[in-house]
Formats: sequence, structure tokens, C-alpha cells
Amino acid sequence: MSFILKMAWRDSRASRRRLVLFSFSVVLGIAALVAIGSLGANLERAIDDQAKGLLGADLVLSGRAPLSDAAQRQVAAVGGERAAEISFSSMMSFPAAKDLTRLVNVRAVEGRFPFYGDFVTVPADAPARLRAGGNVVIVEETLLRQFDTPVGGTVRLGATTFTVVGALQKYPGESSALSATIAPRALIPQAALAATGLAERNVLIRHRTMLRLPAGTEPWLVERELRAALRGEGVGFETVAERRRNLGRALENVENFLGLVGFIALFLGAIGVASAIHVYVRQKIATVAVLRCLGASARQSFAVYLVQGLAIGLIGAALGALLGLGVAFAMPRLLADVLPFQVDFFVSWPAVARGMGAGLVISLLFTLLPLLAVRRVSPLVALRSAAADEGSGRDPWRIAIGVFIAVAVAGFAIWQTGKVRDGLGFAAVLAAGFGILALVAKFTAWAARRWLPRGWPYVVRQGIANLHRPNNRTVLLLLSLGLGTFLILTLLLTRSTLLKEIEFSGGGGRPNLLLFDIQDDQVEGLVQTLTAAGAPLLVQAPIVTMKIATVKGRPVEELIRRTRAAGEGRDAEKGRRGDTVKETDAKKGPAGDRLPGWTLRREYRSTYRAALTNTERLVSGKFTGEVAPGEAVIPISIEEGLFKEMGLALGDEMEWDVQGVLLRTRIGSVRAVEWRRLEPNFFVVFPLGVLEPAPKFHVAAVRADDSAHSARVQRAVVAAYPNVTAIDLALVLETVDGIFSKVALVIGLMSAFTVVTGLIVLAGAVLTGRFQRLRETVLLRTLGATRRQLLQIQVVEYAILGALAAVVGGGLALAGNALLAHFVFRITPAVPGLLLAASIVAVSLVTVLTGLLTSRGVTNHPPLEVLRQET
Amino acid sequence: MNVPSMLKVQRLTKTYPTAAGPLTVLHEVAFDLAAGATLAIVGPSGSGKTTLLGLCAGLDRPSTGEVILAGESIGALSEDARALVRNRHVGFVFQNFQLIPTLTALENVLVPVELRGEGGAAAEAEARGLLARVGLGERCDHYPVQLSGGEQQRVALARAFMNRPKILFCDEPTGNLDGDTAHAMVELIFGLNREKQTTLVLVTHDLELAARCQRVIRLRSGAVVSDEKTVVTEGTER
Ligand SMILES: Nc1ncnc2c1ncn2[C@@H]1O[C@H](COP(=O)(O)OP(=O)(O)OP(=O)(O)O)[C@@H](O)[C@H]1O
Ligand SMILES: [Mg+2]
Repeated sequence: MSFILKMAWRDSRASRRRLVLFSFSVVLGIAALVAIGSLGANLERAIDDQAKGLLGADLVLSGRAPLSDAAQRQVAAVGGERAAEISFSSMMSFPAAKDLTRLVNVRAVEGRFPFYGDFVTVPADAPARLRAGGNVVIVEETLLRQFDTPVGGTVRLGATTFTVVGALQKYPGESSALSATIAPRALIPQAALAATGLAERNVLIRHRTMLRLPAGTEPWLVERELRAALRGEGVGFETVAERRRNLGRALENVENFLGLVGFIALFLGAIGVASAIHVYVRQKIATVAVLRCLGASARQSFAVYLVQGLAIGLIGAALGALLGLGVAFAMPRLLADVLPFQVDFFVSWPAVARGMGAGLVISLLFTLLPLLAVRRVSPLVALRSAAADEGSGRDPWRIAIGVFIAVAVAGFAIWQTGKVRDGLGFAAVLAAGFGILALVAKFTAWAARRWLPRGWPYVVRQGIANLHRPNNRTVLLLLSLGLGTFLILTLLLTRSTLLKEIEFSGGGGRPNLLLFDIQDDQVEGLVQTLTAAGAPLLVQAPIVTMKIATVKGRPVEELIRRTRAAGEGRDAEKGRRGDTVKETDAKKGPAGDRLPGWTLRREYRSTYRAALTNTERLVSGKFTGEVAPGEAVIPISIEEGLFKEMGLALGDEMEWDVQGVLLRTRIGSVRAVEWRRLEPNFFVVFPLGVLEPAPKFHVAAVRADDSAHSARVQRAVVAAYPNVTAIDLALVLETVDGIFSKVALVIGLMSAFTVVTGLIVLAGAVLTGRFQRLRETVLLRTLGATRRQLLQIQVVEYAILGALAAVVGGGLALAGNALLAHFVFRITPAVPGLLLAASIVAVSLVTVLTGLLTSRGVTNHPPLEVLRQET
Repeated sequence: MNVPSMLKVQRLTKTYPTAAGPLTVLHEVAFDLAAGATLAIVGPSGSGKTTLLGLCAGLDRPSTGEVILAGESIGALSEDARALVRNRHVGFVFQNFQLIPTLTALENVLVPVELRGEGGAAAEAEARGLLARVGLGERCDHYPVQLSGGEQQRVALARAFMNRPKILFCDEPTGNLDGDTAHAMVELIFGLNREKQTTLVLVTHDLELAARCQRVIRLRSGAVVSDEKTVVTEGTER
């Protein structure tokens, strides 16, 4: 044993720097895992610590209508403290910025909310001044800055002018960054709401009642009581525990996803280590043979190098853990305005152990693969300088370790995603990606040998020949650089696809300004206002909000319960809150339900008209434009995607709850809708003659020539009809880009880990091949090659490798983006030529630079030294 | 007087599979070497000298035939068991020195005993003594690249004697050395061999060197063409 350690230590003498460099390949992967794990743990603890601050109250009731008097009494009986909030979207205009307007989320508040958590404003006493009442408002800080309105300045909401008493920085349980981009918040006293005239007929208004329960009262018990008492009032409930669980689940998903990205970096690094060790072992064959001659057993000589391999893994894991903790330390700061709560850094040892463990296991497995060859070195090699061919016979251990790696990867992915199917899918995709890249690399090497044109300049031919000559690193480098490029490019492509989609939707004379909340009696006047402002009405549609009551005779509650039971059977806390059905969070995703819950719960905004529009196409059935009064079962037209998702058939009956009135309908036709236009589109279209008397509002779409025109139109509309809200396409673009940039920050960081790992692998590969290169170069120099020529040969080789990696990675990214666009976003993928070209150039350049930097010295090494020295 | 046999080779044949069919490199070679004897194997390039040496030292397995080294039939042993035999009984000197480049001269000499887990101060003193004996007492902490070819070969010789081998195998020990250096090397080999009572098997092109051995076996195309004693010493024939 002591011989093994001693020998391992002494033998590493000349190559310690190299071994440490090998370990760098896995550092970033391990760092990524540790960083994500500890960030996750930090977030989890932050959620636990600030649980009450996440909601700001113990229990929140919300609904579309104010609580009835009976309900008010029920709630009052609970005791504790109460606050109320009425929220809706509206246009705010800024006198300080020439009456420019912006869609905001108005919250008329009453009471001492929030009861828990940070409510940060500048100045700090703003909440108190808000509670004191009057026409005062606290506005999102970014909005004030954008519209040059200082605290103390004024803004208009509807018919009222408000004095800004504070800039809002943080509101409990809400992500400042996201709120600021999607719907900037404006808080006013509830008493001031009526005078604005905004709330009266607004259909999308939301009422919330926030409770701070008396000490010792269990929120979920109160929730259960109230839920029973308020059945039929259309009230939704949320407790701290629930909010925490939802938040935790969302964060866990993100964590899992990032963990997989980090794992790719680790995997890539491990491949780098394996390939470096492969070369290293080759250089050690003579030493091993001598050891064998001197009487070392196969096991002993293997152990010597296994110890070195272990050391590489350990160094990598330790450095990775340090770096990972550093990143985890910095992350909460970077994400401070995205996260809905404050995160304090602490070292999560389990996360560190998990990251290091995964890193060690993977890197050790990959180290074993080339190390196994040490066992088979024959002592005869010491007698004959030419290394004997060791390829005879398959080594069962190699196969075993290969299987082990596959199991470890799949196992890790399953552990990370928590689902067998997803884990296996990830492993399969990883294998496919590697397979494709490896095939391309093999083909390249083969093609370089086969089709190298003789007429090309010597240096070019030499550079290309390096791609296929013995011990080439073509496969390895294509893998590492290609995969890194693929990840980052996919991210960039997805971004440009989404943005382009939105831009396109407003191009070519199509509407780019959408007006909402138009009341029945405002339609005529608005048309005139719009025409006067130079933006004649292009599209207009009435909207009636409704919910599904029954499908094929089955009540929707029953359906929801059934899908919940199917989808969330594993929920541990189910027994306690099994009757929890969220009625209000209609827009939330299906969250794993088998029959998509959102289709059942959502609030449908349907329209009625006589014909299809030009963004629609009839898929099947017959579109009915009008029905006679008193028709018992009304034929409706339903959107294709929803139709499929709900598993419906033509002729199926559905009952709709139109604000209290039940309507019997049957599916008369199915339409395909081109959602991508910024035009009012609908899941459900009714014929004329049914919905006209229902409470409704209208949407309209117009086209503005440019942003100044758009601002002018909005200003004119808001001046005449303050309750009308407007969404500008540019605003949507800005919002999507804003959200994307926040998300991209994190994903980009993880992908960057992969790319940098690729570069480290490249550097390692260049360094391990250095001795061989040195000999070659010396030989070429002896034969009269100039340094300039030697440099050119290298540039050609690295440039080809880099370009190839970029092209293949780019190709894969294009495919990935196309798949994402098709299956996830359901839009046409963008192919931004410039972006692709730029990244190919960039990756090639970085490759050439890294290659040249690491092989620095090879070209001007004194030949004599090379002849005497190893390494 | 009967001195026990140290190396006995019986009907040794080695065939390599090649693309053009099996190639017989050694054909039915047989000899018996008494303990303390010196043997030179000579022959033209490609005649199978190195192959024979490798088989004798248990570095490879014969196709047919048997090698009995220090009383043990090594053909029947596993690779690791043969390694143990090498470690206990065998010393090597190679044409191209084969020092471990990452170890100092002293550490190189120490490897055979450290392999057995018998390092320590005594072993180190012995190694220093051997290095001094080959004239490298001052170069103990130098690495192979810092030594000339002749110096490296002397370190290799010191290493070969470190485990007090019963038999020393040398494959062209002077092949890479110039005349004077080679001469000094030869003196060292025979000197140490006498001191330590070691059996010596020497592969060489150098007929003068071969003539210093008690016995010379000539190979041609894998077969023994002559086996003669140059000096008659007691009890070497069978
Ligand atoms: N692995 C092998 N496969 C096929 N043939 C081999 C193999 N190893 C050695 N040989 C052949 O066996 C023959 C004997 O080789 P060997 O090295 O024993 O010769 P040698 O007498 O030591 O020659 P030299 O004096 O040149 O060192 C040679 O013809 C060689 O080509
Ligand atoms: Mg030979």
C-alpha cells in the first residue's frame, strides 16, 4: 500500500500541473451542481423563514365579486385583523411626461396590509400616508423613473389626479422585476377608488380579502370552515402553506432543470478527463512495463494510477465545491429583484456533498475507462521499444464500466427530475446528442483523409491532416465545443424566435395596438376618437366572460376532482386538504393533471359573431352565424387545440355558466386559430342572437404607424375614456424580452459553464498532446519549416475544429429550437442568419485563441531540449 | 559435484500469429544453466534473442515448451505470480536503460524493494552503496534526463542488483553505449556478478563480450545452431 501511494506521488512529479489541469475539466460541472444545490437549499430556507411574508397574511380570499354581506359576516366571525384589496388593470397617465399613458395594475387597498413581510417604499413612510387616505398613490419605482415623475408629482387614474407619495420597491411575496415588467403596480386607498370611475363596470376586477388570524388559529382549519360556508360564492382561498408549496414546487422545477444543465457540464468535463488520462496512460506505458519487469503485479501498477485518478477527482471536487459556493453566494444578489423574497446565503453541506459526490463518481468512472489499459500492459514492452498491441480481446471491465456510466447518468437524471420517464428521456437525448456529434467528428476525420485536395497550400493540408492523424482530438473537441455551442445557441435562438414572432404579429399593416375594457356605450364614440387620431378601427369584438359548468352532462367540479385525484395522488398532504379546489387561478398551468385542469377551471372570454375572421379556418363541422331567439341548444365553434386537449367530439354538449345564467350548447364546429397575431382571438365563438344581453365589454385593435403615434392614440383614448386600457405591441415585446433576460441570466450562466468546460477540455487536450506536437514541430523545423508556417498549421487546425464544432452545435441548436418552437410554443422558429454566423465566427476564434495560448512555446522550443526531455 | 540448475529451458517454441499466417520465431530451444554460470546468447538481428530472453524471464508465455526458473516452472504461473518470481529472483538490464523518468536515480534503484514493502533506511543505505559501487554516489538525487546514457545504464545495473537477484538478464546492455563506456559497463556487470554470485544471461552482438561468458549459445532463425563452452568451469555441463 505504501509503495502504491509513494509511487503514485513520485510518478506524478513531472505531471502534477497537468493532472491539476485535468481536474479543472470537472471543476465547473461540479461547481454548477454545488451552486444549484446550495442555491436551492438557500431558497428553501428563505421560503421557510419568510413563509408568512410570502402571502403577507395568514389567509387570503379572492374572487371576481365583492363578498356578500353574509360572507362578510362569516369572515368577521373568524376574528383577527382584516384588509381588503380591489385590483384591476387600467391606464395611468403621467402629466410630467406629456400625458403619456401606461397600463398598470391598480390596487385599491384598505387596512393594514401587509401584515407580514417587507413592504419597501421610498420614502419609507409612504404606506402610512397611503393608509391616511386622500388621493394619494404609491407607484412602481421603475415606472416613475420611466415617466420622469418624482415622488410628490402627480399621475392620473380615470377621473382622478393622484399625488405620488412613494415609489414601490418591494411588496411581500411578489417578484419586483417580474411585476415591474408585466404589470407595474399602483396602490391607492380604497376610498379613493369610487371617484376614479374605473371600477364600476370593469369585468376583470378582482377582490381580495386578507386575514391575519388570531394567535393559535390554524389557517387551514379556518379555510375549511369558510370554504364550506361560502360555497357557491366563487371564492378562492390561499394560505401561507399553499403559497409556499406552489412556490417551492416552481423553484424545484427550475432547480431540477438547471441541475441537468450543470450535469451536462460535468459529463463533458468527465469526458475531457477521460481523454486526457487516455493520453497520459499512453505516456506511462513504458514506466508500467518496467514496474512489471521489476515484479509489480498488474493490480499494483493499476493502483498507482488509480490513486492519481482519484486525486484528480478529489481536487476537481474540492475546487468545484469552492467555486460553486462562490456562485451560490453571488446568485441571490444577482437575482435579488427577480425573487419574490429575500435570500440569505448559507453553506448547505448536503448540497455540497451531493455535488461533490456526483462529481467524484462520474469523474472516477470516466477515469477508470482509460486506466483499465494499465492492467494490460505487458512487461515485454520494456524489451521491445515498440509498444505491443494490447487490443487483443475485449476487456469485460470496460463493458462493465460503460454500463455503469449509463446507469449513473440515467440514475442522476431520474434523481434530479424526480421522474423515471423524464430522467430516461434526458439520458437518451444526451446519448443522442453525443452520438450525433461523435458521428460528425468521425466523419470529419474520415473525410479529411479521403478528400484532402492535393493542390492546397502545404500549411492548410498539414492543418487538416492533423484532424485525422493518430491520437487526434477531433472527436473529443467536437463533442465539448459543439455541445457548449449548442446549449448557448439554443437559448439565443429561442429568444429571437419568441421576439420575432411577436414582431411579426404586428407587421405588414396588421394591428399593433389592442384596446380593452370598452363598454357597450363607448364603442361608437371610441370609433370616432380612433378615426380622429388617425388609427381607424381594424377589428372589434364583444367579450363575454363565462365558465364551463358541465361537459357531456358531467359537472365540472366532478371532473376537476377526478383529474386531481389522478394527477396528484402522490401528494403527501392530500388528506388534509383534499377538498382544496382552486377556482380562481384559472390561468395557471395544468400542473400535472391528466385531463388538463386549466381547460376546466379557466375563465373563458368568448365572443359572438356571424362569420369566421381572417385569422381563423374551419377544420370540421359547420359554423353557425346566427340562431333564432329561444333556441334550446346553441351550436358553438371551438378552437382546435382546446377541442383536442379536452378530448371532445363534434356534437358534444357543454353547459356554460355566463355570470350566473346557464347556457346549453353543443359543439357545432372546430376552428384553427392563428394565435400569433395581436388580434382578439377566441377559444369559443357563439352565434349571434344569444349573448347580446349578457354583461360584456369590447376589445378593439388598431394600427399605429410608430411608437409616437401609438402614444398619441393611447393618450386620446384614455383622455376620453379613462376606463379603456391599451396594450401596445412594443410593450409586449419589451415585457417578453425583460422576462427572458432575467431567466436567460441563470440559464446562460449554466450554459457558460458548459462552454468554458469545453474550452478547458480543449486546453487540456492541447497540453496532453503537446509532447507529441513538440517532436513533430521540432522535426518540421529541422526540415526547414519557419515559425510562421508552424503557427499557420496550428491556426488552420484549430479554426477548422472550432468552425466545425460551431456549425454542428449551431445545427443542433437550430433543430432544438425548431422542436421547441413547434411543440412547446407552437410558432414558426426563427433562423437569424446573422446571429448564427456571428456565433460560428466567435466560437472558431475562441477555439483558435485557446489552442494557440495553450500550445504557446511549442513553436519556439529549442529542439535539443525536446530530444532529451519528456513532457 | 553437482550445482543446482538455475534456469532450465525445454523444447521452447514461440509462434506469433501474423497477417501472413503463424510465424515461428523460436523453434524447440533447449538448454540448462547452473547457478552462478554466465551465458551469452548471440545471433544476427531478428534471430529471436530478445524473444528467448523474455520467455526465460517470464515476461511472456511460450507457445510450447517449458521454462524452469529457480526451480519453479513459470509457464504454469499466473502473470502476477510470475511478477512475484521476477521480484524475488530476477534482475534486468535493458538495451535502452528503461529507468522510470519521474523517479530520481536513488528512487529508481529502490523500486524493487519498495515493491515488496521493504523500504526504509537500511534499504536506502544499500541503494546508496550500490550507486556508489557503480560510481554514481554523487548523483543519487538526479533524474534520468540529467544523466548521460552510460550513467543511466549504471543506475539500471544498480537497480538490477538491488533485490539480490539469483539471476540477471541483460539485453544488449552495451548496445547504446560507445566503446569506452561499454567497456566500463562490462567490467561492472562481471564484477558485480562475481561479488554477488549471480547467474548471468546476456544477449549481445558483441562477440568480445560474449567471449567473457562461460558459455555461448548461437541462434539463427529461432533455432540453436551452436552451444559451446568458452571456459571450462566445474560442473556446468549437464
Ligand atoms: N509480436 C510479434 N509479432 C510478430 N513477430 C514478432 C513479434 N515480436 C517479434 N517478432 C519477430 O520475431 C523475430 C525475433 O525477434 P527478436 O526481437 O527476438 O529478435 P532479436 O534477435 O532480439 O533481434 P535484434 O538483434 O534485432 O534485437 C523477429 O523477426 C521479429 O520480427
Ligand atoms: Mg533484440
